[in-house]
Amino acid sequence: MSLTQNLSRGILRSPAVAALTSPHGVDRYLEIVNPMWAVNEVRARVVGVHQETGDVTTLTLHPTSTWRGFRAGQKVLLGVEIDGARRTRCFSISSAQTSTAENEGRDDFTITVRAHDEGLVSKHLAHRAEPGLVVHLSQAEGEFTLPANLPDRLLMISGGSGITPLMSMLRTLVENGYDGRVTFLHYSQSPEQTIFADELVEIAEGQDNIDLAVVHTRHGGARFSEERLKTLAPDYAAIDTFACGPVGLIEQVQEIYKDSNRLKVEYFKTSTISADPNDATGNVLFATSQKQAENTGGTLLEQAEALGLAPAFGCRMGICFTCTSRKTEGTIRNVVTGAESSLPDEDIQICVSTPVGDCAVAL
Amino acid sequence: MSEQTTLNKMGLTDKQLDGFGAELDAIRQRLISELGDEDATYIRGIVKAQRTIEIAGRALFYVPPAWPLAVAALSVSKILDNMEIGHNVMHGQYDWMGDPGLNSKMYEWDNVCPSDQWKYSHNYIHHTFTNILGKDRDIGYGVLRMDEDQKWRPYYLGNPVYALALMFMFEWGVMLHDLELERITAGERTWADTKHLHKGMLRKIRNQTFKDYVLFPALTGPLFVPTLAGNVTANLVRNVWAFGIIFCGHFPAGVATFSEEETENESRGQWYFRQVLGSANITGGKLFHTMTGNLSHQIEHHLFPDIPARRYPQIAGEVREICERYGLEYNTGPLAKQLGSVARKICRFALPDRKKSHRPSPVADVKVAA
Repeated sequence: MSLTQNLSRGILRSPAVAALTSPHGVDRYLEIVNPMWAVNEVRARVVGVHQETGDVTTLTLHPTSTWRGFRAGQKVLLGVEIDGARRTRCFSISSAQTSTAENEGRDDFTITVRAHDEGLVSKHLAHRAEPGLVVHLSQAEGEFTLPANLPDRLLMISGGSGITPLMSMLRTLVENGYDGRVTFLHYSQSPEQTIFADELVEIAEGQDNIDLAVVHTRHGGARFSEERLKTLAPDYAAIDTFACGPVGLIEQVQEIYKDSNRLKVEYFKTSTISADPNDATGNVLFATSQKQAENTGGTLLEQAEALGLAPAFGCRMGICFTCTSRKTEGTIRNVVTGAESSLPDEDIQICVSTPVGDCAVAL
Repeated sequence: MSEQTTLNKMGLTDKQLDGFGAELDAIRQRLISELGDEDATYIRGIVKAQRTIEIAGRALFYVPPAWPLAVAALSVSKILDNMEIGHNVMHGQYDWMGDPGLNSKMYEWDNVCPSDQWKYSHNYIHHTFTNILGKDRDIGYGVLRMDEDQKWRPYYLGNPVYALALMFMFEWGVMLHDLELERITAGERTWADTKHLHKGMLRKIRNQTFKDYVLFPALTGPLFVPTLAGNVTANLVRNVWAFGIIFCGHFPAGVATFSEEETENESRGQWYFRQVLGSANITGGKLFHTMTGNLSHQIEHHLFPDIPARRYPQIAGEVREICERYGLEYNTGPLAKQLGSVARKICRFALPDRKKSHRPSPVADVKVAA
């Protein structure tokens, strides 16, 4: 970073500037000039859009200088405005990890998104994102990463779009001239739906130390099994293994590896379908206090109180927003409007929200 | 049945009130389903305008001849920040946008009153118990006598003076509101009961006064005094404007107050009913409405406090039509008329009641005004 950049960042982060921009903070002023100027928040501009398959798109993101980089395999929370409302979801990074020291100012990275039928955000990003779009980011997070000291052997198992973080790892290994052996087993429905198909073949052909097996399950390819694993890597239990994909695949892998600390997994949950609004079903979990009970059909505030919790509340009729809490999972129905919402990590008024099926609230 | 008596007082049957409530609920539902890009673009545009005007105002203090312009810009910036942005954002009107910068839990305004304390007394106490004597502390703010059912005491002879003082010191009044000093004086509350508020207040006072009265004046070097004077003036202008608009919202003649007994076990229709009769609008142009934070549509705001305020003018005609169909007075008028009415009330209630105190029903009260 240049001296002037360092200096201006230092000034913008100073207590004096904080005092001058109180109570809003300096980012609130910078963003009106240029959305890519920030000293605390992280944002990114989409600078590239590449369609991988019919419903999978890779977006190249150019982050603000506040981005602290990532390790291969990590994910990022990405917020995008759709019809006025910011929707935030988690996406794995698919590009190679760059060393921050050498790549100053060139820390662009990619995420690869599959448009799910029910996925408001994934559909928006996969089909409608264009260069110039500004998105909101968290810092990279997650422990699904390559070990600092790379072992001689690595095993990677992925299914569908679960290939994304593994691709980041594979690209990183190749770019850094990793000379150990990598066995990569990927499951996909068909050749057309295989993300990164050409690049995978290219890597496998160009690198003697990378063994690639891609199975197309809709074209007669056998589903994952221990036998398959043994054929590829008889000593799999002794190899550091990374698996990412749908829950079903991951559970199978976990069963084979038992509690081995050789295995690291990451999986994507599919959203639960909203249940019949007239039945009180499922369980309600108040995650912070770790209290759980069967859904009684009452409002979340009443159910929390019945469990001995004392969340803040005011009007108890949806007016004052004192009770607003974060729903982390599940579907709720607003008793005033009747509207149902299944968005993850959504702020809701618990005094007028009843759970529809399983529901978790950060209380 | 005690509820029946209440209904008689309101002049509507149970069923009529339910119908009234259902019609308003339908408007609410429709508005919520329409929320989207337009509302987001609007509030972001206002925020951008406010920040730009603020920066311009601060910068103009470096140009001595532009002092009046600098003060005007900073005043407008503070008014927009407190009213169209702060008040409305803190009501949760834009929480659906998922933008931390426009979230009711996170927004802090350019005002000495800490936002969390204001949200309690305003969003909860005032908006839930609107115009219920003994519950809504916004009736007279614990300082003034604004209703004949507030028992007269010689202290209230100073009503007009207190009102003037509150007008100029409004942001401080709003901050001190949460201490409930009048209840401390009355021995109903102790100073220790307010301890949890002190830290937040002091921190906010420090930030606000340091910024406006030390740091920005100091940054203009030799122009320290004019800048300080300009910042003081801008805060005063905002105080006077906010006081005027807010007092026109609930205190013009004809606005009804309610007793705690009247409002026990209210239905949704009854609650809406009280919100309409307890509020008053101000007529004016588009810019005027924006500068009031659309609180010139106090009636619509009290019906739907969590719906983006830019929607109030859009539904005002419909709300008025519904109110008139159910025989409810829809109290509205130009700023001068509403302010005059408030001023007369402040002066009238300084003196003891001429007749023996008789509490008219809300409906009768309304008819006097009409």
